[in-house]
Amino acid sequence: MLLSAALFIIGVVGVMIRRNIIVIFMSIELILNAVNINLIAFSYQLQNGIGQVFAIFVIAVAAAEAAVGLGIILAFYRNKETINIDEMTVMRW
Amino acid sequence: MGEAIAFYVLAALILGFAVLVVSTRNTVHSVLYLVLNFLAVAALYVMLTAQFLAVIQVLVYAGGIVVLYLFVVMLVNLKRPPEDHSAPQRKSWVGAGLGLLVLGELGGIVAYGRLAPAVSPMQNTDLAINNVERVGMLLYTDYLIPFEVASILLLVAMVGAIILAKREL
Repeated sequence: MLLSAALFIIGVVGVMIRRNIIVIFMSIELILNAVNINLIAFSYQLQNGIGQVFAIFVIAVAAAEAAVGLGIILAFYRNKETINIDEMTVMRW
Repeated sequence: MGEAIAFYVLAALILGFAVLVVSTRNTVHSVLYLVLNFLAVAALYVMLTAQFLAVIQVLVYAGGIVVLYLFVVMLVNLKRPPEDHSAPQRKSWVGAGLGLLVLGELGGIVAYGRLAPAVSPMQNTDLAINNVERVGMLLYTDYLIPFEVASILLLVAMVGAIILAKREL
């Protein structure tokens, strides 16, 4: 549990302090991994397979998110030539 | 005892590589540390009797997602100057503060958990021996509809990624 929590915190801090959007995406993957570790640890503790099933779903969603997110990054880079999120202000009003 | 030592070694590896992922300047190195992190997590899954998940982790994360990241890094990040750390809008203290907040919250949860009686792991090893069978049975009976929804999600994500990455929209 503590390992999962620590990994989660590293991921959150990574999302907050880095300004490179690719590193931010990797931090999100770290957070999802922390969640998976937690699910599987509970699955082991309770000898119940449902936690592992949910971990599979989390992995599927993470894969989908990575594909779409990286597609967005590529499209954005093609238009703006930057991956620094401080310059990503198109949606700001 | 040996199991505990293995757990702590793996935990140290996972946390160390996670810190390196977040703190390394070079994005390519960051991705490579991410691979090592995922492999250590897969080893941890094997220790927690989730062999199927470990295989999936290596295939999907270390194989698929990381290659995707490397492609994007190579396409995007060539010849970039390192991040400017004196940007005026940087609010890293907000990030650090929020991290500390989450840390405090989790510390509270852990302290609360110390008070509650600990659940001892049951020594039923059926999940360890017939891991794939058990997980597959659950996946295709009780969780069939979420499974199909996940497949549709993956299909939509695939189409969406292709459309986003096309030259002209």
